[in-house]
Amino acid sequence: MSLTGTTVIRAEGFVPPGPADFDLPPVGPDRTFEMFGQSFYLGATKPMLQVVLAAVLVFAFFYVATRQRSMVPGRLQYVAETGYGFVRNSMGRDIIGSRDFMRYVPYLFALFFFVLVNNLMATIPFIQFPTFSRSGMVYGLALLSWLIYNIAGIRRHGLGGYLRLQSLPSGVTGPILLLIVPLEFMSNILVRPVTLALRLFANMFAGHLLLILFALGGEYLLVHGSTLVKPVGVLAWLLFIAIAFLEILIQFLQAYVFVLLNAMYISGAVADEH
Amino acid sequence: MEGSLNMVGYGLAAIGPGVGIGLIFAAYINGVARQPEAQGRLQTIAILGFALAEALAIIGIALAFVL
Repeated sequence: MSLTGTTVIRAEGFVPPGPADFDLPPVGPDRTFEMFGQSFYLGATKPMLQVVLAAVLVFAFFYVATRQRSMVPGRLQYVAETGYGFVRNSMGRDIIGSRDFMRYVPYLFALFFFVLVNNLMATIPFIQFPTFSRSGMVYGLALLSWLIYNIAGIRRHGLGGYLRLQSLPSGVTGPILLLIVPLEFMSNILVRPVTLALRLFANMFAGHLLLILFALGGEYLLVHGSTLVKPVGVLAWLLFIAIAFLEILIQFLQAYVFVLLNAMYISGAVADEH
Repeated sequence: MEGSLNMVGYGLAAIGPGVGIGLIFAAYINGVARQPEAQGRLQTIAILGFALAEALAIIGIALAFVL
């Protein structure tokens, strides 16, 4: 029996990781129920718990750091203030403009640290799963951003004025409008939330997949490879460590880009007509 | 050897955004080298351009898995 087992494994060879590796079993009850023609888990999954954990962590950190404020900040307060100042100045004030950026800073600030903590969970030991490598998690965030920048624009310009601002570039006249207006409407209203969500999702997904590939490939080369191939397995693991550090950079950068694009969309929606 | 031709296609599709991102950061480095005090403004623009060019590669990887 064991002999046939080993031959089966030999014949299969190396199984590269794929999207199925991201389908984690539920933490709670294992039952499923049917809705909208799909089956759903009754229990929570790991990314669902991570979303809650990230929200609690962000809230707890900034609550503790700013509970006892003083003019001369302590260590914790300094870190919190630096983070807040980074979001407010480089994303809020510089992009949206000094007139009405303060209304949107709370959202940008919460969003940045929420996304950052969720992304860093791909690196934090014992969690090691990026929440946003499940696309459903990101669609929720993108929907919220879509609502916020559209509502901000409609409140500023009215529905007609806002649609004209978003789909009619200034200085364009003549028959080309027939082409430009639908394209701009598609690009600014319909496609934006999709690319916003897909950018974050695909970066987290691809980065995690790359890490799985190097870990599993290195292990396979070391354990199952011939003597000549074994050093390549060690090389794969060294590269794995290097890529893990690159991933930390990407996790920060994607959180930054996500919030930066949010700020740019809000800025475009509340901008004055030229 | 087994595998999906989609991944080869995705590799080819990633050339374009790769070149594009390279050009964006080359221009950014050039700009900062010529005028170091403009780094703050250029950084935002460079990262925005990077994100937009990267979107093409991301649409590619999504399609590579979906198709």
